[in-house]
Amino acid sequence: MNNQLNVSLSPHIHGRETTQKLMFGVVVALIPTIIASVIFFGAGAIITTAAAVISCVTIEYLIQRFMLRKPVSITDGSALVTGLLLALNLPSNIPLYMIVIGSMVAIGVAKMTFGGLGNNPFNPALVGRVFMLISFPSHMTTWPAPAGFATGYIDAVTGATPLAIIKEGIKNGESISELMLKIPSTAEMILGKIGGSMGEVSAIALIIGFIYLLYKKIITWHIPVSVIGSLALFTSILWIANPDIYAGPSFHILSGGVLLGAIFMATDYVTSPMNPKSMILYGCGIGILTAIIRIWGSFPEGVSFAILIMNAFVPLMNTYIKPKRFGEEVKNG
Amino acid sequence: MIYKTSHTFPKGGIHPPEYKLTQNVPIKPLPVPKSVIIPLSQHIGAASAPVVAKGDHVKTGQVIAAANGFVSSNIHSSVSGVVSKIDTVIDASGYRQSAIFIDVQGDEWIDSIDRSVSVISEIELAPEQIIEKCRELGIVGLGGATFPSHVKLAVPKDKKCSILIINGVECEPYLTSDHRLMLEKGEETLIGIKILMKALHVEKAMVGIESNKPDAIEHLKELSKRFDGISIHSLTVKYPQGAEKQLIKTLTNREVPSGKLPIETGAVVHNVATAYAVYEAVQKNKPLIERVVTITGKSLSAPGNYLVRIGSPVNSLIEAAGGLPDDTGKIVSGGPMMGKALQNTGIPTSKGMSGIILFPASESIRGETGPCIRCAKCIAACPMNLEPHLLANASMKAMFERTESERITDCVECGSCSYTCPAGRPLLDYIRLGKSTVIKMARERNLK
Repeated sequence: MNNQLNVSLSPHIHGRETTQKLMFGVVVALIPTIIASVIFFGAGAIITTAAAVISCVTIEYLIQRFMLRKPVSITDGSALVTGLLLALNLPSNIPLYMIVIGSMVAIGVAKMTFGGLGNNPFNPALVGRVFMLISFPSHMTTWPAPAGFATGYIDAVTGATPLAIIKEGIKNGESISELMLKIPSTAEMILGKIGGSMGEVSAIALIIGFIYLLYKKIITWHIPVSVIGSLALFTSILWIANPDIYAGPSFHILSGGVLLGAIFMATDYVTSPMNPKSMILYGCGIGILTAIIRIWGSFPEGVSFAILIMNAFVPLMNTYIKPKRFGEEVKNG
Repeated sequence: MIYKTSHTFPKGGIHPPEYKLTQNVPIKPLPVPKSVIIPLSQHIGAASAPVVAKGDHVKTGQVIAAANGFVSSNIHSSVSGVVSKIDTVIDASGYRQSAIFIDVQGDEWIDSIDRSVSVISEIELAPEQIIEKCRELGIVGLGGATFPSHVKLAVPKDKKCSILIINGVECEPYLTSDHRLMLEKGEETLIGIKILMKALHVEKAMVGIESNKPDAIEHLKELSKRFDGISIHSLTVKYPQGAEKQLIKTLTNREVPSGKLPIETGAVVHNVATAYAVYEAVQKNKPLIERVVTITGKSLSAPGNYLVRIGSPVNSLIEAAGGLPDDTGKIVSGGPMMGKALQNTGIPTSKGMSGIILFPASESIRGETGPCIRCAKCIAACPMNLEPHLLANASMKAMFERTESERITDCVECGSCSYTCPAGRPLLDYIRLGKSTVIKMARERNLK
């Protein structure tokens, strides 16, 4: 006994949760999706993922070590998650230098400029992705067709995404029923045998990740369910009104980045609202904006933009939408 | 009146590991120590005024300090002996407070106390006499808040009490003193509840017990068949179920309005240990001079539950439990969630001390603090539906007006936010700072 007692304020015990564990929980939830992307896109998927993760973590390290001269916190896992999410939002045959540039924007501009973890208003991976989409539009919208274990890097045949097929077709005056024959079957879309960014193709892998996140209580159901629900509701109304020019809800949910966005991007802790009421509003905003951009915007896909737009409203929501406090306006009797 | 009773409160709460190491250890009396230190401030309200002087001989059960105003309490000697001095001592609150030091000589009780083991179930006193007895014999709330019981029993004229709620939840990890008391003194406790019901003029009492004490629930359910109007409720284990506002919500589905007292819901809440103390006071004329204290800790060789004379030093309890383990890094009075860390082992036990927990050094130091990642786990854990991250941040930045409009004064300081924070942020520390500042600001405003 060294005769020294610690005197600190309560509580004297702490839960086992740590930031690092939560971040690695997200990484674990992404494993099925990473495996699916490797199955469909082969070696390119591995190279792209590795490049994005290594550049994100390295850039965070360099900025903290040499520019900010602060303690390095890359072990918290947040840069790793950003790198993975950025990679999963890219085509698997994109040139490596573009990935490095995208990572620099994601970590350097979108995250560290605002003060690092916890302070960034916009989702870093999405800022990186949108920057790349605007800077390298052709590379970012030319996807390799899923070819099974392709061993090469840029040798796959490029295939358009279902969303691009629909967008192009509607413009040319074709009806949805004709276009539906050109796109992959629902089963293929659930499995992921479609063109698109690496991480968005396999619905089944993403949903396994979602169940894991819920089970581990890393996220709550509010945001993903309201994103998907509002998108389904909005597109159903249009589809019922005119099925010739509007695609149905199941197509909208399974195509593009809706599931990846709803489950992994919109639920990013730092850039999403903090109380359940705001979470539902935020999710509905993302779902409806996604549909609007897809149907009437100039881009075939709108999930990234929708999330970034709603990110901008989060501080407002956190300030003005308040949970109902215990004992507030009580009606007893 | 029909109440909508559920198994737990709807919003927030956490599930810390229980570590009820002493739940099967029967209550044993702790040997009377050689000397005791009886603090004069063992209750909420004004400190009591000593009525004995240095050198006086006192008997066990004799009044040694008198209540100083309505919200105050009499204090009685827990031992017989000689007053050696009246001085200050650092007590469990961490502050230096006045106390009466007594050197023990024998164990001579005052004659009015009935020390027989017989159970007296006939309640002869009238309601006013019961309240007067509680005042005279120094009964205070034994759940930890130590609010004088006679004040709680005197319901204001414009309010109506329609139900008595008895708190047998014991939701804090480690503590088992209420659990053992319900098992071993169940009948006396139920008579105590009947006495409280009589004093409050209510027909109905609900006893809330968490389902991790199935033996106590069974025992009291069986006994309660003989007592009209007392119902026993098994509740889902969730911290802070034993917080007054949460327990009222669970059992009656009523919310205590922000800034108001529980009586607004028609409920008065007392702890099971208080009910037992009331039984002893009213039926046996015994003042509050001893209580059950759990002494526990993972490294203790013989953790247990002891009937302790108030004022016995904490180290006498530790000795009884097998001596201070070498790895001790922190000693906590009360539960691990809301208890206070003690500065030394010579601190006297007091009326509000339900347990002593010894933490090994490895569990005594807080982990590293990282930046808030806005995960919203503190919001989900807050039983009062506040936003702890916001309150802590605003307090840290001295934005006290903002914390006031965000209802920082509703915080019950249960610690669920700090417990759950993955970044290890000391949320409750900052919230306490903000809350006390806001209360001070409001008081100054009212003076103007």
